[in-house]
Amino acid sequence: MSNSSEFRTCPDTGLHIDRPAEKLMKANAVAAVVFLLVGGVMGLGVGLTRWPEVHLLGAQNFYTTLTGHGINVLIFWIIFFEIAVLYFCSSTVLRCRLAMPKVAWGGFALMIVGALMNNFAVWKLNSAVMMTSYAPMPAHWSFYLGLILFAVGALVGCFIFLGTLVIAQKEKTYEGSIPLVAFGALTACIIAVFTIVSGALVLLPTFLWQLGLISTIDPGVYRLIWWAFGHSSQQINVCAHVSIWYLVGTIMFGARPLSEKVSRFAFLLYIAVLQVASAHHLLVDPGVSAEWKMFNTSYAMYLAVMASMVHGLTVPGAMEAAQRARGYNNGLFEWLRKAPWGNPTFSSTMISLFGFGFLGGITGVMMGTEQLNLIIHNTIYVPGHFHATVVLGTTMAFMGITYWLVPILFRRELILMPLCKLQPYIFGLGMTGVSLFMMGAGTMGIPRRHWDATFADTSMPYEFAASAMSLMSLNGLSVVLAGLGGAMFCLLIVGSLLFGKKLGENEKCSYPLIVDAVTDEQYDALHKTTKNTIPGTMVLYTVFLLAFALYYFINWKYLAETWGLS
Amino acid sequence: MTSITPTGKRIWWNEPIEKGELIWIGIIVIWGIVLTVMMPAWHLYGEQNLSTETYRTTPAMYQEKTQKMVDQYTIRTEGTRQFPVVAPPVGSDVYLIARLWDWWPILELKEGQTYRLHLNSMDWNHGFSLQPVNLNIQVLPGYEHVINVTPNKTGEYSIICNEYCGIGHHNMVGKIHVIK
Ligand code: HEM
Ligand SMILES: [Cu+2]
Ligand SMILES: [Cu+2]
Repeated sequence: MSNSSEFRTCPDTGLHIDRPAEKLMKANAVAAVVFLLVGGVMGLGVGLTRWPEVHLLGAQNFYTTLTGHGINVLIFWIIFFEIAVLYFCSSTVLRCRLAMPKVAWGGFALMIVGALMNNFAVWKLNSAVMMTSYAPMPAHWSFYLGLILFAVGALVGCFIFLGTLVIAQKEKTYEGSIPLVAFGALTACIIAVFTIVSGALVLLPTFLWQLGLISTIDPGVYRLIWWAFGHSSQQINVCAHVSIWYLVGTIMFGARPLSEKVSRFAFLLYIAVLQVASAHHLLVDPGVSAEWKMFNTSYAMYLAVMASMVHGLTVPGAMEAAQRARGYNNGLFEWLRKAPWGNPTFSSTMISLFGFGFLGGITGVMMGTEQLNLIIHNTIYVPGHFHATVVLGTTMAFMGITYWLVPILFRRELILMPLCKLQPYIFGLGMTGVSLFMMGAGTMGIPRRHWDATFADTSMPYEFAASAMSLMSLNGLSVVLAGLGGAMFCLLIVGSLLFGKKLGENEKCSYPLIVDAVTDEQYDALHKTTKNTIPGTMVLYTVFLLAFALYYFINWKYLAETWGLS
Repeated sequence: MTSITPTGKRIWWNEPIEKGELIWIGIIVIWGIVLTVMMPAWHLYGEQNLSTETYRTTPAMYQEKTQKMVDQYTIRTEGTRQFPVVAPPVGSDVYLIARLWDWWPILELKEGQTYRLHLNSMDWNHGFSLQPVNLNIQVLPGYEHVINVTPNKTGEYSIICNEYCGIGHHNMVGKIHVIK
């Protein structure tokens, strides 16, 4: 290593941290949390408006706030955090200096400028077009330009990551293949590059169209390319949060993957099926053939689904095997009962795993089935589904790892530990309510992105079933809980950065940040006593599969009751 | 070797997979096949398959065809805004306009009969969402989508818009009557 003076060794974890990379990780993570706070407040405003008895915002304000909510949380919070994750998984995990830190700062600046410009367009330049900005509904040109600048900045981050992998290989900072976590991040990065190119394909023409340089945009083609971008960006999130699941297995339990081959192959599947998986957003669009829809969902999506199902088995499986090898080997679930439920990193990760699998995954397959989409498309079921994937799944995984990163990167201890312990449960419970109640209401037809489902000012009003409305009220209550949990997170993290107990460079944190890896001997001893090292996981997984199958066929039954279509 | 340590001399793609894990992967693959097969199977045996018949059109062309149908088959008007109620012959081409912020005109269809329902938008994206049966179809400008619908029960149905289409989005409600 040429400039080893740039490194410091973390006294708690033994990680080698490149200082320039560290500064960038901090900046990106802080920006992420700020956008989460801003976007989360908007989410609260949206949620309180959709609570029929409260109906907080006026119509115009509601649509503007909803646009801002979607973009700030789904794009800005998540991607800033992902850039930090990419730097961690390359530079820190591989003990390598970060490639071109100056350029990385340039990318960061572009992202900040883009994010601010886009928010300005939404709030001040009359661009309440929702994050999807479906043409031909126009936004101000700076709406698109802001997103383009942000995307270019993120692309720079991807290349810094790839550059760092190249340096690590050249300078031989590791031996053999890169670790699983870095491998997962690499798949995320490859998908990100594809995603950003699709984004450019769709945003550049709309930008030029708003400048008057292009006369028309085909609305169907727009949707096709937008979703090539919108869908694959969700695949980046999945790769990123699954990598974090594996990371947490290691830092909490010293676990090793059940099989590197299986896990890595599952990551590769995400890339293999990427290009075509966007059609499950177009299942009820005109001009898309049935064959294409079926090919696209089954070939592309179920392979991705299967990949996630494999991770959903191997992540808890690896934790179970490690716990058993450490001696928590009684009964089916001692390993789980004796897990560190009071550690916010662990509890967030488990809520992420279960929420993503049971709620997000099952419902995603449901909606992504060609015919079943007819009874779901654009109802509030859709936000119900993705608050399970992108909030319970991705956001909670990121929150969990943030608790872990604060002392490591910022050399500050967490403040108000009892509240930190509580926060994942409050946010998780609230968000579970948000997704379940929105899904319930959506099954009864309540539309998404809709200011007033009571139709008070309409000349031909429609009255939804009272039960649908009560589900929206329950959703409102859950929104308050989720808002509370989200606010707690942001305040606890920012508070820890400002007021947490300072740790010197070589001072250990007062609580452990990583456990020793389970040794080969421990694993061998476990294998001698039992053939099946993951019986508990298998029971949970069976419950999951049965729930999946039951729910899937119930929805076919619902479909059969609606009007005939041919 | 954990998830954050390099593989060292071991080569990951040569590692054996445990038998237990393989069985689960087998189950997952079988489930993936079931999910895939259900879709073509429903095309063969199910009764809700969205037609993909689509034509390019323009607002002017589509308006003209719709107007012609309205002129020919209007039976009465309804509501404070005097929307025409159109009862087209069984099996015929029925035109529905989506525009900021109406579904026009009101239709009267017969239970158990099949119609060729045309959907098209005059301006932006809209969402055809038929309640209370909860049938949802995306409506785009420039694309004339022809679907064959068979109402299965008499009653009054509402079409709400569930694709955001600007400030009047939540007021965009239309109607379909289904009679004996
Ligand atoms: C305090 C936490 C949150 C609350 C209370 C909340 C609530 C809501 C509600 C009620 C909707 C509107 C549904 C509609 O009318 O269509 C919505 C939309 C949405 N939310 Fe959240 N949410 C929260 C956090 C998040 C997070 C963390 C993310 C992403 C990581 C997220 C992503 C989205 C997206 C993408 C939309 C759709 C916007 C659109 O339709 O264009 N939300 N949220
Ligand atoms: Cu509309
Ligand atoms: Cu609308």
